[in-house]
Amino acid sequence: MKNLSETSSDITLANQWDHLLARLGVKRNEHLVEPGLYTLGKTTQDSPVFVSANYTLSFDALRFALAGINAYILVLDTKGINVWCAAGKRTFGTDELVHRIEEVKLQDRVNHRLLIVPQLGATGVSAREVRARSGFKVEFGPVRAVDLPEYLKNHKATEEMRRVNFTLLDRIVLIPVELNQYLFILIALIILSLLGGFIVAVAAITAILSGLVLFPIFLPWIPTEDFSTKGFVIGGLMALPFALNAFYSMTDETLWLRCGWTLTYMLIMPAITAFLSLNFTGSTTFTSVTGVKREIFSYVPKMAWLFGIGIILIIILSSMRLLGGI
Amino acid sequence: MFNSYISNTLKYDPKLCINCGMCSTVCPHGVFSPNGKVAQLVNPKACMECGACQLNCPTNAIKVDSGVGCASAMIWAAARGQKDVTCGCGSGCCDSKLQVLQIGKKE
Repeated sequence: MKNLSETSSDITLANQWDHLLARLGVKRNEHLVEPGLYTLGKTTQDSPVFVSANYTLSFDALRFALAGINAYILVLDTKGINVWCAAGKRTFGTDELVHRIEEVKLQDRVNHRLLIVPQLGATGVSAREVRARSGFKVEFGPVRAVDLPEYLKNHKATEEMRRVNFTLLDRIVLIPVELNQYLFILIALIILSLLGGFIVAVAAITAILSGLVLFPIFLPWIPTEDFSTKGFVIGGLMALPFALNAFYSMTDETLWLRCGWTLTYMLIMPAITAFLSLNFTGSTTFTSVTGVKREIFSYVPKMAWLFGIGIILIIILSSMRLLGGI
Repeated sequence: MFNSYISNTLKYDPKLCINCGMCSTVCPHGVFSPNGKVAQLVNPKACMECGACQLNCPTNAIKVDSGVGCASAMIWAAARGQKDVTCGCGSGCCDSKLQVLQIGKKE
């Protein structure tokens, strides 16, 4: 029959290379697995069926976790997106699951009528509706594939297996993707800032890296609730050395000119860092739409004002320097 | 004002609950607890509005405006004048979330 392929639990060098690229955010839409039904080990008509997404990291995590277990893996067409995100947009969803069951004639291949779907797929999969339309009962397994062997002992997930966390390591592995995402802006800003001299360029890079690197690392420990305010805190702290340097190094300038330059650092750098910090919400595992919307409305205008005033200040101060020869 | 996440759109009517346990099973943040005659709403503030509980509740006891809490997706949608916010994938978030699921469990 068509749509049946073999797979194994081996993670090859080629797989690892693919994972590395995925984690770096390279060739983002090309980490694909052919949708369909896969056999893992020596399957029989009684082997369990696990459902996955057609993103290599998802599929590989599952087949690796199932090492030594004879099972079917039903891969849905999620356009190369992981289970949770795909569930959010219903590509990992009831319709696709029912369609895929029919497509591979799952009812003819197994005697039982049970599917083990990752818990996070529940955002797109209605267990009731799948059963009504296909006859298959959906059982939501643990969040992480790695817990499957433990789960399979009695088909019960502990509370820990049902929770999504966001550990330091989780956050650190996101940094390359974050950097990659803003690479163009980073380079453009560095070139632009170099017009203002070495220190200005370093300040621009510092503001951006504070948002893309420091913020994810220190996220839970910055003592405010909102992402934007956390970003202002980190951005402000990182701007301080630049501001102080501007104040104390320009000793032959007038006092208010020194204050002006000091202020520009304190206005622009925190605004950039806070904006990038707010943009990290999508990468986290816990921010709600309602909360993020509130943040956008309350803080983005303030960020824009701070940034705008800072830029105007730079223009004024620079033109005064040029005109007055100060 | 300084905690944008203190409330959300999650609404739960315990009168409709038949205690099937589905909401506590699918919720990734322990918002519901199955210990009781009906599901208990134990941590509503932790709700990220993913909508899994609503979709899988057999009696419509749970209502939530679900969506993806991603600022960059919303800002881009607003900038392009789009009404619907879908995360681009395109954007880094999707790769990110999966990675989160693969890595360690405890801090």
